[in-house]
Parts: sequence; structure tokens; C-alpha cells
Amino acid sequence: MELLVASAVGILTAAGIYLILRRRSFPVILGLSLLTYAVNVFLFATGRLVSGAPPILNKYEEVVYTDPLPQALVLTAIVISFGMTAVVVMVALGAYLSSQNDRTNMPAEPEGAGDDE
Amino acid sequence: MNHLLIAPVLLPAIVAPFIIMVVRHHMDLTRIFSVASTVLLAAVTLALWAMAADGTVHVYELGDWPAPFGIVLVLDRLSAMMIVLTSILALPILLYAIGSGWDERGANFHALFQFQLMGIMGAFLTGDAFNLFVFFEVLLIASYGLMIHSGGGRRFQAGVQYVVYNLLGSTLFLFALGTLYSVTGTLNMADLAVKAAEMPADDTALLRVGAVMLLLVFAIKAALLPLHFWLPSAYANAPAPVAALFAIMTKVGAYAILRMFTLVFGPDVAATTGLSEAWLLPAALLTLIAGAIGVLGSKKIGRVAAFGAIASMGTLLIAISLFTETAAAAALYYLVHSTLAAALLFLVADLVVERQGPWIFVNKPMAQTGLISALFFAAAIALTGMPPLSGFLGKLLVLDATRGADLAAWIWGVILVGSLITIIGMARAGSILFWKGHGLPQDEEEPDETDGTETGAKPAHLPFVACFALLGGLVALTVFAGPATNYAEQTAAQLYAPADYIQAVLGKEAQ
Repeated sequence: MELLVASAVGILTAAGIYLILRRRSFPVILGLSLLTYAVNVFLFATGRLVSGAPPILNKYEEVVYTDPLPQALVLTAIVISFGMTAVVVMVALGAYLSSQNDRTNMPAEPEGAGDDE
Repeated sequence: MNHLLIAPVLLPAIVAPFIIMVVRHHMDLTRIFSVASTVLLAAVTLALWAMAADGTVHVYELGDWPAPFGIVLVLDRLSAMMIVLTSILALPILLYAIGSGWDERGANFHALFQFQLMGIMGAFLTGDAFNLFVFFEVLLIASYGLMIHSGGGRRFQAGVQYVVYNLLGSTLFLFALGTLYSVTGTLNMADLAVKAAEMPADDTALLRVGAVMLLLVFAIKAALLPLHFWLPSAYANAPAPVAALFAIMTKVGAYAILRMFTLVFGPDVAATTGLSEAWLLPAALLTLIAGAIGVLGSKKIGRVAAFGAIASMGTLLIAISLFTETAAAAALYYLVHSTLAAALLFLVADLVVERQGPWIFVNKPMAQTGLISALFFAAAIALTGMPPLSGFLGKLLVLDATRGADLAAWIWGVILVGSLITIIGMARAGSILFWKGHGLPQDEEEPDETDGTETGAKPAHLPFVACFALLGGLVALTVFAGPATNYAEQTAAQLYAPADYIQAVLGKEAQ
């Protein structure tokens, strides 16, 4: 299971970074989403990988339990990344509609005085 | 437990939705509530400052959960200073936004402004690393909205870059926090400090990885050199009051470095010694040089201010990166100064942009050219660190504090040469904008009327009031340099004695 989760995090991260470097807004947004999936899976793994165990400690005996805190962290991270993805989609759409261009790198500045846009 | 401690977070958090939901359609009411909330915020933060000034560390346990399990807000001298600085900075900026009409050029400026304040206040107050991430996101998501306020093609494109860069930073932040949690099993900063200090020195690879990733995240926020690329176009294309407020956002990064790398990964924590010293200082030196060259080479007044902000961050990070108590004290004084100075320069730059567009070129004198050029002169003096304003004192303190360092010659050389280049750059921009235009024939055809706002026509006193308020803050910082440096020294002393902080947060469990 460790190998599976670790390679999933690695592949997602690599794919995300590759897509972000594509410099067009749609791949960049996809790349950011993949990166957030990668980090969510990673956060799950930080509590050590345990399957089928309750998130409850037992003070009478030694039991296998899963750490509930990373799950709470992941929930927060999911909510935040969801909101952020929505924001970046809207901003990218605004940029595309107002400049007819979906490149994420800035075009060269038009030379000369008085060119505001 | 004193409930006033959470007021700086709650107050904007309540006012912002109120503005959106109740008074959205009444610009005057919106402005009244926004200003009233900011004034109240300033009063609250000043009260908290008075509470923290005696050196006690106040802790607020959210939901009354004890410290390593629940989230805590912690008020010590450093947080108190930062929240006071934020609220004092926010008020003139808000007045400027109202006076110049920036807040009317798009929807929900005031609500986003309040959310931004909420995020900044929370980031300064929180004592929990994951909560720091959450407040970073709060301030960032508000800043995304503010960044693209009033729209426009270039602003949107700069906004996309800004959002993407910061989302990458946030992802890295989560990776860093996950790594730290997997090693230590906690994210409470005080508890982290205890756990990190207990770590055996030969089994700390993951902890060091986490610490370096965390430092990278904060370096992105603080615009440290290889990671500063988001700043110039974001700040130069953001609406001016927003850019001025962003002057405190780079300081959030500096604050976080100062907090985490004194409290958790302090200089005497065996596990992480030698992690940051090797490259943070050279990077800070390069940041200062890059900022200075950027000031010299900018063709737009907004970019001059943005690169000026980068240069001041370079000076600040030089002082921080030494991780000694005297250097931290100098850094804190310079931090307050450079925030006010950078904000002032952004506002003055906007006064110019409103009158003749963003380019630095020889033009006939603009409306109120005397006042604006005087303000630009003052802002340039402050930011470059010339006497008589507080920038000079700040740089002097930084130079003095770095005297004994290994790379002292390099630090002195870079700061002095960097200041010289910045002075030349500012002088160039100022003389082209304000001086050479006097030689032109007055009836020449105006080449640009970009946004059609003839500010000469309307009585725009409020922008000047705001600028002079910031300038007044700089003058006060100069006049009261004695008490201010005393406070900075006490703050640095508290930072480098983290036992009090840990004791206050964890109670008896620290032993």
C-alpha cells in the first residue's frame, strides 16, 4: 500500500507540475487540481497508512487506530482547494475574455506613453 | 482567557458579510461601515498592544480546548506589533481608496478589504501551523479578488499569474505541514518547538525537509529572490490601494520566517541548525540588488514602487537571515518603516497614474504637481533610506547589527550600493516625472487621456490626507525612534527566549 500511495503522490505531482508549465490557463488549472489531489493524498499518508481501523484510542489495551487529525486536515484542504480552483477558473476566464488570450505569461508591454492596457 | 484577543479576527469577519448582504447597494453606508470597522479594529489592536507590551504572552484557546489539541491564538509583543501595524496601515489606505474612487470601480471592494484584514490579523495571531495555512488562504483569496478589482486585460493576466503562483505556494505549504506532522505528530507551534528540540540530531532528515519547504513557502510570500517573480507585475497591475495593502503581505512572509525560525527551528535546535543560514542571506542580498536594479530600469511608476518594495524586503530579510537578537531588533524597526514607506510610494505612484498614466515620461506638469512631487520626494527618501526619515535609521540599525557577521563586508557593500542604485533610480523617475516637464511648452497636445478621470475637476482631498497620514506615521517613527527601537529590542529578546511562549501555550506540559 505504501508503494501505491507514494507513487500516486509522485505521479500526480509530476503531472501537475508538467501541466502548470504548459503556460495556458486550462492546462494550468488542471495541473493545479492534480497538485491539490496529490497533496490531499499525501496529507492522508502523514498519519501513517492504516486500513480498517477506527480513529479511537483505547486506554485499556493497545489497539491499532487511525489518526483522525490528518483526515480533518484533508477535509480543510479539500474545501480550500475547491474554493481556490473556482477562483482561478473565474480569474482565468476573466483574463481570457478581456484579452482574448489564454496564455499565463504576460505579453510584452506595449512601448510608449499613454498605453494603459 | 481574554476574549478581546479574537476580536481582530472576528470584527472584520462579521463586518464583511454584513457589507455584502445588507448594505451592498448603498455606497455611502458601505464606506461608513468599512471605515468604522477599521477604526474600531485599530482601537482593538492598540488595546491588545497595550496588553502585550509588558511582555506577558497571552493565549486564547478556541472552544476552550487545551493547547496541543485545540487551536490557539497567541498574543506576544511581535504579534501585537504586527496587528497594530496592519490596522494603522489599513486606515489611510481605506481613506485613499474612498477618496480616489477606487472602491467604486468594481464590486465588493470593502467586503474583500475586510476579509483581507481578517486573514492578515489571523495569520499574525495564530499559534498553530495549520491554522496559519488557513489564514494565509483567507488573506490570499481576498487578495485575489482585490487584485483583479475593476478589471482590465493586463490586470487580469497579472492576476492569473499571481493566483497560480500563490496556489503553488499553498500546495507546497501543505506538503511542508504534512511532512512536519508525520515527523512530530503535532502542528501546534509551541508543541512543534518542544518536539523539534527533543529530536535526536541524527534522525531528522524529514524534519529538515519540512523546515526547508516551510521556509520556501514563506520566502515566496516574502518575495525572496528566486521566488519573487510574482511580485512586480502583480503589485504594479493591482489597484493602488490594494498594492499599498499588499505591502503588509510580504511582511506576513517575513513575520512567519521570524516566528517559525526562532520559535520552532530556533538557532539552538540541534535538528535544524545550518539549514537556512547558508542560503537565506545570499538570497536576501540578491533580492536587494534585483530590487534596486528594477527600480532603476522600470518604465512605469507602479513598477518603480513594486521593485522598491522588493529592495526593502531584501534589506529586511538580510537582517532576519542573521538570526541574532540585535539583527532581529533592527529588522523589526525596519519592517514597520518599510511597510509604511512602500505603501506611501504605491499611493503616490497612483496619484501620478491618475493624472498622466502609468509611464515615466516627460510631460507637462500635472494637476497639483507641487504637492505630488513633494510626496514622491518624501516617499523616495523614506524607501531608499536617506536621512531625515526613518529609513535612514532603519538601515543604520541593520548595518550596525550586521557588523560582527561573517559576511559583514558583503552585507555592508550590498546594502550601501543597493541604496545608491535605488536613489539613482528614484531620482531618475522623479526628475523625469516632475522636473523636466516644466521646460515643455504648455499648450502641447496631451498624448494620453487614458481613463478620462480629470482629477483636477473634483475636490480630491482625501487621497492627500491618506498620503500625509502615512508620511506622518513615518515621521512619528523617526521622532519616536528611541521608544520604537526599545520596543523592537524587547520584542527580539522575547523572540529569542521562546520558553515563555511555550510555557504560556502548553501550560505545565512544557516540562
